[in-house]
Amino acid sequence: MKVINIDKEKWASGVESLTSTYRLFGPVKEDDSHNFKELKKGELPDLAYGNSKLSPKSAVFPPSEAMFTYSLDEKNENHHILNDVKKDYSPRAVLGIRPCDAKAVSLVRMNFDTKEYRDPYWMDAFEATTFVGLACDNPCSTCFCTSTGCGPFSEEGLDVLLVENGNAYIAKALTAKGEKLMDAAGFKTAGDDSAIAAKKAAAEAKITASIETDKLSEKVIMDLYDAPIWDDISFSCINCCTCTYACPTCWCFDIQDENKGLSGVRMRNWDSCMTPLFTMHGSGHNPRSQKKQRVRQRFMHKLKYFLDKYQKGIMCVGCGRCVQQCPVNIDIRTVSKKMNDYVAAS
Amino acid sequence: MDAYITKIKEISERLLKDGTVEAVIGFRQGTVPTMSEPCMIKRSDDVKDLVWDSNCRINLCNYLTNRKEKLAIVAKGCDSRNIVTHIIENKIKRDQLFIIGVPCKGMNDKNTGELQDNCGTCTHRNPVIYDELVGDLVEEQTDVDKYADVKKVEALSSDEKWNFFNDLYSSCTRCHACRNACPLCYCPTCFVDESKPQWVGKADDAVDIRTYHFLRAYHCAGRCTDCGSCEAACPQNIKVRQMTKKLEKDCSELYGWEAGLTLDERPPLDTFKVDDREDFIK
Repeated sequence: MKVINIDKEKWASGVESLTSTYRLFGPVKEDDSHNFKELKKGELPDLAYGNSKLSPKSAVFPPSEAMFTYSLDEKNENHHILNDVKKDYSPRAVLGIRPCDAKAVSLVRMNFDTKEYRDPYWMDAFEATTFVGLACDNPCSTCFCTSTGCGPFSEEGLDVLLVENGNAYIAKALTAKGEKLMDAAGFKTAGDDSAIAAKKAAAEAKITASIETDKLSEKVIMDLYDAPIWDDISFSCINCCTCTYACPTCWCFDIQDENKGLSGVRMRNWDSCMTPLFTMHGSGHNPRSQKKQRVRQRFMHKLKYFLDKYQKGIMCVGCGRCVQQCPVNIDIRTVSKKMNDYVAAS
Repeated sequence: MDAYITKIKEISERLLKDGTVEAVIGFRQGTVPTMSEPCMIKRSDDVKDLVWDSNCRINLCNYLTNRKEKLAIVAKGCDSRNIVTHIIENKIKRDQLFIIGVPCKGMNDKNTGELQDNCGTCTHRNPVIYDELVGDLVEEQTDVDKYADVKKVEALSSDEKWNFFNDLYSSCTRCHACRNACPLCYCPTCFVDESKPQWVGKADDAVDIRTYHFLRAYHCAGRCTDCGSCEAACPQNIKVRQMTKKLEKDCSELYGWEAGLTLDERPPLDTFKVDDREDFIK
């Protein structure tokens, strides 16, 4: 690990230097909120932001992604053959990702990079990406990252952590990828990370919200599944996809063929367990036809199935987006407390 | 508001205790300052959870669709108009419902904390149908220009309109919160979810996104009460009412119709009269 001092005055020219080797993604202000976008030439990431409305997962997992193209024209020699879509997996960097969102990327990786399966699209994009994080000095009131095994200065999933310090950033280059990016930017001045501990403690102290999960691992799955809590939890849910699309750890997708005339594209698009179509079988049977089943699935996956399967904590990093954006105020912290407190009748 | 809350609790407790209804649909305290959560109270001991404040913006009629039990529902002016629409569209029966009417002075915008846009031009703040009121009727607004923003769009050229709607929906993620928060959107399978045939593409193509918004708006023509639930639900803060309001305006101008005011008349788009206007058909 290398500590580098970046004078803020040199930040813009450093970012400019990166553009010759990296495609850059960063927070950009749109109307009244920020989102991660590929930066245009000369555009700087707006690092004066709280957190982005949608998570930066789109940098490696776009909402819609072409996988194959094909022709249905039988006069065409290769008709009905799927052709790979050529992708740009040249080096890319996400600048200014928050530590919670970076940890989320490492949680999602557990799903896309397993012994049995390697998702080529997600993994190729992930491997091409250098994650440059920005520590949170001013967490939002809905942030609860400190109780999800993360935190405003967490380094998990990051290649570089930037800590704002007056007129400079203290940069911790945490991986070889991170060091390479710092070199490419021309950031070489040795720095001192002694100021970080106090800033980290101050930021953590600002986080007053939390999620209760301590008893979830000892619960029996079927007890929670059958618990009489779900009618009340799910009543208000309108089954939109707001929570799943905003969530940095939601990874589900759907595959669709889109034809135009005699040519077509096989796409994958973000999907959501909140919709009935998500589990609709070809037979017409739907194992999760009821709203209650779908709401239960989302919370059981995040707070119990994932926890039991990987033994790496819950599938939530405490970014608070779902809490802020749910149209009917379903709050994962309340749901987790209900699950955590639930004791099955013996 | 406190007097409203006391009355809502009092009526709900009475109805649950005497068995008039099996449950009460209302709002409970939210977990963030700008939100209240729709809830269903089934036990009289739980009526203490019911609240009423300026964050009760989601239209509760949405939770009535196809329910079979006897229910009480807390309803402000717009909710009550959607209940009327629900009754005439056979989604609920009048005799299943005990409507706890709430005279309303408007909800707050979830982002700005100021009066919600649709509430600023609302002309039916009092419930149009109810069994019991929680307070005195409030004065209705009469001197409002409901359609000032729609008129601005109407005045644009075709190209400008195209750009206007393109920009309007550019941040749409197709989460369908607008549809799902809408009491009118109760189709068993929405056209965007149909797969045989698949009417609309599923990717992030701007044409597909516009198709969804336009068709949804047209399906609400003559039924929309401008309750603002769609806009309140949208996580991207898209002004989705720009389309539904245009159709509301058309229904008003072409048929003199305002949705959800009476149980005794069919809406213009499910009836035919020989003197119906047709000069707009080209």
